[in-house]
Amino acid sequence: MIEFQDVTFVHQNGVKALDGVSLKIDSGETVAIVGENGAGKTTLVKHVTGLLKPASGKVMVDGLDTSSTTTAKLSRKVGVAFQNPDHQLFSESVEEEMSFALRNFGFPAELVEQRVAWGLNLFGLTEYRKSSPLVLSGGEKKRLTLACILAWDPEVVILDEPTVGQDSIQKEKLAGTIRMLTSSGKTVVVVSHDIEFLWPIQPRVVVMKAGRVLGDGPAGKLMLDKGLLDAARVARPHLVEFYESLSNRPETPFVDPLEARRWVEGEGSP
Amino acid sequence: MADILKIDRLSFRYPDSPKKAVDGFDLSVGEGEIVVLAGQSGCGKSTLLRAVNGLIPHMYSGDYSGSVTVGGASVKDSEMKDLAQKVGFLFQNPENQIFMFTVERDVAFGLENLGVPRTEMRSRVDEAMKLLDITDLALRAPHELSDGQKQRVALAGVLAMKPRLVILDEPTSLLDPKTAEELVALVARLRKELGTTFVIVEHRLDLLVKMADRLVVMNEGRKALEGTPRDVLFGGEAEAYGVAVPSVTEVQRLLASDGSVGLGQLLGPVELADAVERRRA
Repeated sequence: MIEFQDVTFVHQNGVKALDGVSLKIDSGETVAIVGENGAGKTTLVKHVTGLLKPASGKVMVDGLDTSSTTTAKLSRKVGVAFQNPDHQLFSESVEEEMSFALRNFGFPAELVEQRVAWGLNLFGLTEYRKSSPLVLSGGEKKRLTLACILAWDPEVVILDEPTVGQDSIQKEKLAGTIRMLTSSGKTVVVVSHDIEFLWPIQPRVVVMKAGRVLGDGPAGKLMLDKGLLDAARVARPHLVEFYESLSNRPETPFVDPLEARRWVEGEGSP
Repeated sequence: MADILKIDRLSFRYPDSPKKAVDGFDLSVGEGEIVVLAGQSGCGKSTLLRAVNGLIPHMYSGDYSGSVTVGGASVKDSEMKDLAQKVGFLFQNPENQIFMFTVERDVAFGLENLGVPRTEMRSRVDEAMKLLDITDLALRAPHELSDGQKQRVALAGVLAMKPRLVILDEPTSLLDPKTAEELVALVARLRKELGTTFVIVEHRLDLLVKMADRLVVMNEGRKALEGTPRDVLFGGEAEAYGVAVPSVTEVQRLLASDGSVGLGQLLGPVELADAVERRRA
C-alpha cells in the first residue's frame, strides 16, 4: 500500500530529514513510527500525503507515485490528522468543518449528513456541532480533525501524535478506534512518543533516528531490544521493564496489567 | 511552610456558558511543593490556571467569586505586570511563547517588558540560560531548535523573571520520553536549588508520580480527589475521573489485592519486579 524506496529529503536549511529510507507498509497493517524529537517521523508521513516530495528516491501510495500525483488525488486515499490541529481547522462551525471535505469529494448531501453525525458521535463532539472549532479545547480539536478524516473513509489513516492533550478516557477510546480501523482493513500509521499508549495496541514498530530507519518489527519483539531503543532514545514500556526484571518469566512480555497479574499468581501456586 | 498559592472557594463562569467552569475550588500550595493537577479534558484545569496567572479576571470577564492569592497578594487586585514576576507560566506548546530572532533575546523578553536595567537583565538572562544548559544556543534562532530545546528556552524565559511559583501546562506532551524524563529531572533540580514551587497539569503521570508531593484531581470544576500520588492512585477512584493510572501501578494494585506485594509506596517497574521476587524467595 505504501512504499518508500531509498527516499532522501533535505530541508531548506540544509538538514537531511530523511536519509535513504526504504520501508514497505502493506494494506491493513497498523504501524507505529517512534523516535526522538527531530528523528524525521513527521517528514516521513508528509511524504505519504504528497505534501513533501522526495529529493531522491520514490514514494508509492496504492500504486501511485507521489511525485507525479496531485495531493488532491492522494488525499482521497490518505487521511492525516496532524500534530497541531490548528493547522487544519478553518471553518465557521464544527459541522461545517466536518462536511467540507465530504462535499469536496462529491458525497451526496444525505450521506454527508450521515457521516457528520456518525463522526461527531464517535468522538463525543455532538454538543459542539454548531460551535466554532476555535472554542474547542486542544484535545477536542484533535478529535475533530480525526473525525473529519474518518468521515470520508480513506484507505490509509495517519495520526501524528494523537494522544497529546487527551485524558485517559479519550486515550482508551482512541486505542479502540485504532483497533476498529485495523479490523476493518484500513492501513493505520501512528506517529507517537506515547509508548505506554502504543504498547497494548501491539503494532508493528518502526524506529527512526536522524532520518534513518534504525529498527523495524513487531512491538512484542522490538520493544525488548534495549540496545536499539537506547540508541534511538526511545523509552521502553513499563510493562516490558517489569517483565525483563523478573527472573522467571513467560516467553513474551505482558501486554496489559491483567496478564502480568495472571502470570505472577499462576506462577506462585503449585 | 508558608502558602505561596491559596485558592479559596473560587468559582468562575464564562459569559454565555450555562455552568461554572470552576465551582467552589479550594487549594493551598506550600512554598517549594510540587503539585500535579489532573482530570478529564474540560474539567476546569485551564480555567483554574488562568485564575492563578491573572488572565482571569484581568483578560477574561465572567462571574467570579472566591479568591486567589499568590505570595499573599490577591490576583484579582494585582496588576498583570506584578503577577508576571510572581507566577511563571509554561504553555503546552513552546512555539506559542518563543518568537524572537535569537534565543537570548527570547529569554530576555519578559525582563525587557518590565524595564529591568540592562546589566541586571544580562546577568539574569545568563543565569537562566546556564541553569537550563542552553548557553551554547544563545545566538541561535529559536525556530531552528528541537522541541526539547524550545521548551528549555521557553522555561529559561520564565525563570529569568525569578518567579516563586511556576505553572507547567502539560509540559511533556510534545516531548519524546527521554527528553520528557530530562524535563522532569530539571523540575526536581530547580525545586531543590531554587526552592521554586511547581503546579503541573499533566495527563501522563508515569513520570511525575515519584516526584510530586501531591496529586489533585479535578472534575466538573470541583476538587474530586487530593492526596499523595500513592493514596490517590491506589484509592481506586482516579480512573473514573480520567486519570491514567500507570500500567505498573495497576499491576501493583492487582497483585496487592491478593497479598503478593504491599501498597506501602508506589513502585517503579524494576522495584515491583524485585518485590515480586522477594515474595517468592
